[in-house]
Amino acid sequence: MGKSKQIDRRWLFLLIFFGVALPLIFTIGLPLETTKNVQMVYDLVDSMPKGSKALISFDYDPASMPELHPMAKALVKHCFDKDINLIFTAMWPMGVQMVDDIINQLKDDYPDLNYGEDYVNLGFKAGAMITIQSMGKNFREVFPKDMNGNSIDELPIMDGINNFSNIGFVFSLSAGAPGIKEWVQIAHDAYGRPTSGGCTGVSAPAMLPYINEQKQLTGLLAGLKAAAEYELLINTPGTATSGMDAQSIAHLIILIFIAIGNINYWRDKKAGKKGGK
Amino acid sequence: MEQFFATLGIWLGALFTFAIFSFLYKDNPFYKTAEQIFVGLSAGYWFVYTVFSILIPNLYDPLTQDFSTNWIKIIPAILGIMMLMRLIPKTEWVSRFPISVVIGTTSGVFFLRYLKSDVLNQLTATMINPFAGENWVIVIGQIMLIVGTICGVIYFYFSKKHTGVLGVSAKIGIYFLMVSFGAAFGYTAMARISLLIGRLQFLLGDWLGIIQP
Amino acid sequence: MKRKIPLLITFTVGIILIISEFIPHKPFGQLSGELEIWFLIISGFAILLGQLSLFKVNILKIKYKQRDWQFYTITLISFIIMVTLGFLWGTGKSAGMLGQGEVISNILGYKPFDYLFHNIYQHLQATMFSLLAFFIASAAYRAFIGRTVESNLLLVSAVLVMLGNTTLGSLLTGWLPESLNFLHLPKISEFIMTFPTTAGQRAIMIGAGLGIIGSSLRIILGIERSYLGGE
Repeated sequence: MGKSKQIDRRWLFLLIFFGVALPLIFTIGLPLETTKNVQMVYDLVDSMPKGSKALISFDYDPASMPELHPMAKALVKHCFDKDINLIFTAMWPMGVQMVDDIINQLKDDYPDLNYGEDYVNLGFKAGAMITIQSMGKNFREVFPKDMNGNSIDELPIMDGINNFSNIGFVFSLSAGAPGIKEWVQIAHDAYGRPTSGGCTGVSAPAMLPYINEQKQLTGLLAGLKAAAEYELLINTPGTATSGMDAQSIAHLIILIFIAIGNINYWRDKKAGKKGGK
Repeated sequence: MEQFFATLGIWLGALFTFAIFSFLYKDNPFYKTAEQIFVGLSAGYWFVYTVFSILIPNLYDPLTQDFSTNWIKIIPAILGIMMLMRLIPKTEWVSRFPISVVIGTTSGVFFLRYLKSDVLNQLTATMINPFAGENWVIVIGQIMLIVGTICGVIYFYFSKKHTGVLGVSAKIGIYFLMVSFGAAFGYTAMARISLLIGRLQFLLGDWLGIIQP
Repeated sequence: MKRKIPLLITFTVGIILIISEFIPHKPFGQLSGELEIWFLIISGFAILLGQLSLFKVNILKIKYKQRDWQFYTITLISFIIMVTLGFLWGTGKSAGMLGQGEVISNILGYKPFDYLFHNIYQHLQATMFSLLAFFIASAAYRAFIGRTVESNLLLVSAVLVMLGNTTLGSLLTGWLPESLNFLHLPKISEFIMTFPTTAGQRAIMIGAGLGIIGSSLRIILGIERSYLGGE
């Protein structure tokens, strides 16, 4: 008996396409549960007193938007609900546009928010870990102006911010390097600030060792599922929640492919052994 | 007029989405065109943001607005221009000076930060009492954490042949690494599918209006 | 001198930064702070170097009419358009050489630079990376075979995490009683991530960390010189 015929991969592509598209149109509404790491992030934000300041670094680009944008929106919404003032930065140049997009999406829900008082977008800086270390020594020299060219001395939210001391927590939305790792190494390990992060599924396993008793990382939002869990915790279902059905079906299709591949392999191996006898 | 350009923008997005998706059938000029537009726009974006976000606020403004306090920034400005000499083959050697500043700074900082965060803190995090867990599942997990970390580190010790006790430990280490790679694959599959979900949410929601965005 | 002075600079800068960690006072604290700001500025020039190199490489490909040279023309045109629009009218709320471009922003709904970013670049990049979803499915079908103990461990771990990471996992084992809660797929996935995966990743992190520490010392001490290039 000959080897099992391999299916043309373009049929597999078509199956994946419909496997993702159809559940988006015909929603199933499968149940979602929260996990420990997501709960830790939620508890960190929830424990911040009113009026405290948080630094959120948008370290991603449009390629990672489907995973990180929903968690960014949910996190920023949660912070605004808790009256936490937000300082936005970006270690990736496209992160600046990501911040603007999130603010545009939320501005109708929070019409009383004032730029410069409740939030500020400081813009992009290169230099990764070195720049973050420099922020911890002299924040105002790294960011003499905000994204729009305003001097940070004129922005009330930046009063008293000379380093990381007056920042309640640091959060990095990260698609790679520079990202969570660099913020953990500097903001937490060098300057002792509570640090948390949200990352793509690809980077998540590498960040897990930082979730330990020293709390190098206080929880982690890993991928679309974590974004959906966070939306559940803040009672605001969004694009992440609506994508979970499609995620489930797509995973099922991939698992079926893996099973078929293995069955074919073992069948061919058995046939080969019989032929050899 | 704004509405027209907003609609045009969505149609442009859909057009370029299908141009890239056409690669799944086979390589073609539409895909190649879209790919090169992507490269050009990306390079242009980085160029503009580097000038507006770094060179103007951190170099040009301090030098032009308050030279007496910031005169020392002339040095990184000169080093930066020396970096650009790399473009001309005859003057390429000049770029070694700014590169050495960059490499020296990076090495100094990396030496300290990786030692603390990725070695000392990780070793400390492994020195836990494995029996201090809420239930038996956590206790087993914590024992696996300690054994897995030690055996995994032993696996990466290649200065001695993996035989005897060292060999057995290294083998256990490989098993833990394989479990971790399998989990990493699972998360990678989730991540990749999420990206496709995002694209289809745009096509079905923003473009065709079939689903609520 | 072309190699000796850069080596000396690397050594001096590296040592200053290491000493400043232990003696943060004058002069080391000030020197390290200044060096970090210089790094930021030089990084900016390094990014410009990258873009200008791309420009140079594409010009040469067009000049010598290499294969698919017509497509490289498109790259250059896109680059020039993006840079020109960015410098003329700026981006977001920052002004360009011709001011804020209120008239054109009212027509397009965005500044021209931002319009190109939101309506073309964003979709191009997102779609490019979404192609990986198809390839990972195809790769899983062809290559994910359980031949040995190690590959079986990898396969089982991947299957459990993939099921546990979805709402389907919650549905499949949601009926289990509280006493068997540890067999609930999301819990199994969480266990795999929290313990054996963390152990494996921690081992990799420690090994890589030691490697980086070794490389950094070799660079500072001048043993590793590959960054200087030839001659």
